[in-house]
Amino acid sequence: MRQSTLGKKVVNYTMFALTGACVIFAVGVLFFILGYLVYNGGKSLSISFFTQLPAPVGETGGGMANAILGSGKVLLLATAIGIPVGFLGGVYLSEYSQHTSAFVIRYVTDLLNGVPSIVIGIVVYGLVVARMGHYSTFAGGVALGIMMIPISVRSTDEFLHAVPQSLREASLALGAPKWKTIVRVVIPAAMRGIISGTMLDLARVAGETAPLLFTALGNQFWSSGWNAPTATLPVMIYNYATGPYDDWHRQAWAAGFVLLTLVLLINVTARLALSRGTYVPRG
Amino acid sequence: MSSIPISSKRALPRGRARSFYGRLRAGEELAYAIAATAGASILVITGLILFELYAQSDLSRAKFGWRFLITSVWDPVAGQFGALPFIYGTVVTSILALIIAIPLGLGAAIFLAEMAPARISNALTFLIELLAAVPSVVYGLLGIFILVPFLRDSVVPKIKPALGNLPIFNGPFYGVSVFSASVVLSIMIVPFIISVSREVLLAVARDQREASLALGASQWQTVWRVVLPNASTGIVGSIFLSLARALGETMAVTMVIGNTPQIKASLLAPGYTIAAVIANEFGETSGDLYRSALIQLGLVLFGVTFVINGVARILILTTSGKGAHS
Repeated sequence: MRQSTLGKKVVNYTMFALTGACVIFAVGVLFFILGYLVYNGGKSLSISFFTQLPAPVGETGGGMANAILGSGKVLLLATAIGIPVGFLGGVYLSEYSQHTSAFVIRYVTDLLNGVPSIVIGIVVYGLVVARMGHYSTFAGGVALGIMMIPISVRSTDEFLHAVPQSLREASLALGAPKWKTIVRVVIPAAMRGIISGTMLDLARVAGETAPLLFTALGNQFWSSGWNAPTATLPVMIYNYATGPYDDWHRQAWAAGFVLLTLVLLINVTARLALSRGTYVPRG
Repeated sequence: MSSIPISSKRALPRGRARSFYGRLRAGEELAYAIAATAGASILVITGLILFELYAQSDLSRAKFGWRFLITSVWDPVAGQFGALPFIYGTVVTSILALIIAIPLGLGAAIFLAEMAPARISNALTFLIELLAAVPSVVYGLLGIFILVPFLRDSVVPKIKPALGNLPIFNGPFYGVSVFSASVVLSIMIVPFIISVSREVLLAVARDQREASLALGASQWQTVWRVVLPNASTGIVGSIFLSLARALGETMAVTMVIGNTPQIKASLLAPGYTIAAVIANEFGETSGDLYRSALIQLGLVLFGVTFVINGVARILILTTSGKGAHS
């Protein structure tokens, strides 16, 4: 199929413009989302949003202080559960695994990563909530913790893999045992990447709603300890956005604005840190 | 690198060398055991999820069996449960979302990987990755308050006179519908198609492109006749990956689909998806059979996404030679 030089150029520029338009549309969606949330959320945001409990049904005002604290608690717990397992799993894959076991575990990790979050929710309901007999902050943390594991495994694995083999060899040649090489040479060399990966992981689960619906449930008041149900920002957004009151919708916008700002800030910070190179000398 | 301390302990007395060696061996074994346990725990957790879903859906599986998948009565009061309307809604919204998202996502991926100068491409890729990070409940929020009114007041009244006779655009439109859910879903999966396809495209060997360009092909001809055929398997993989994501997406869909278990030809009618019905009804179940039926729905969703993801990962692996990170 031959084309004239002119025809070739025309097609080339047309496709450049068309594919470029696709990108502009996608990026436009991002700014559209940001714009609407800043506009609607900023309008509804006030100091009381951060300091007060939700107002009783029918009254206006109030805030989501309990949901902000609840989200923090659930995420702390999720990190405590998900990151150690994910990190060590990543160390295993990168440093210890044989060909077959590496393939199987990487593959299953990717599949676990693709399990719909609502399914994680009902599984943790069965494992934790049904056994304990009540909804709890703890159950919410377990659900998000499970979701954090596969991402943490894959990012740790990749950043450790990027550490040059010569560093490991130098350490081994000096007589350091393998575990010491990993702990004091390989991991420190990949530390910046691993921390950034953890932050991205946290940002991803911070917005998860479905796994919390039947685990952390929700709460109009302060949650007492780890054993009681707790409000979280994403679930509050869902409940308030689908609720019938205008004041709830206003609050949902404010909460959406806060959540999105948080998630994007973590993302930008982590990605900028990553783009500045992977290796940090240990201070 | 000089500041990385490589431990070089002082030489130990000869007599203690053996026990020191022994302790080293112990440390080595322990370190291996810890790491391997963490690695194995991933397999255990995945197995546990499958087992829980299977065991907990026991009642429903015993009563309805495979009929569960092809009957459409969902009546908690009478204890009759059939999954067909939910399966239908899930499949239709996901397929429609793919139809909208594939051209957009692929076009954008081609632009970022092949057509754009590197600096522009990097900046735009950064923004696309941020788009992928937007939580689904935020999409739902915008769906309810912005997209649904927009479709109801501006878009559908315009396409209705022209296409209203087609069965898929038949009937009244209240805003919440299969159509609205598909549009929200498509916007949500575009960033995934872009980022995975872009990586697959970038994995195509450089000399293939150079050979084509050296023969006088234009940039687009190179993309169309050389790069895309080479990357096609991986691109299909990225589409499968997005399909699995769309099938399992919960919050945004729940908020805009109307949550009505029915099978209507019209896309403008409300519908229901598997994930949405679990999200809405699981917390308020009365009776074990009801709960069991919802968990069986979860099992179906898990099975389908597991298989699709499994195929997708293999397709991507065969193209790029390593697991794509999404």
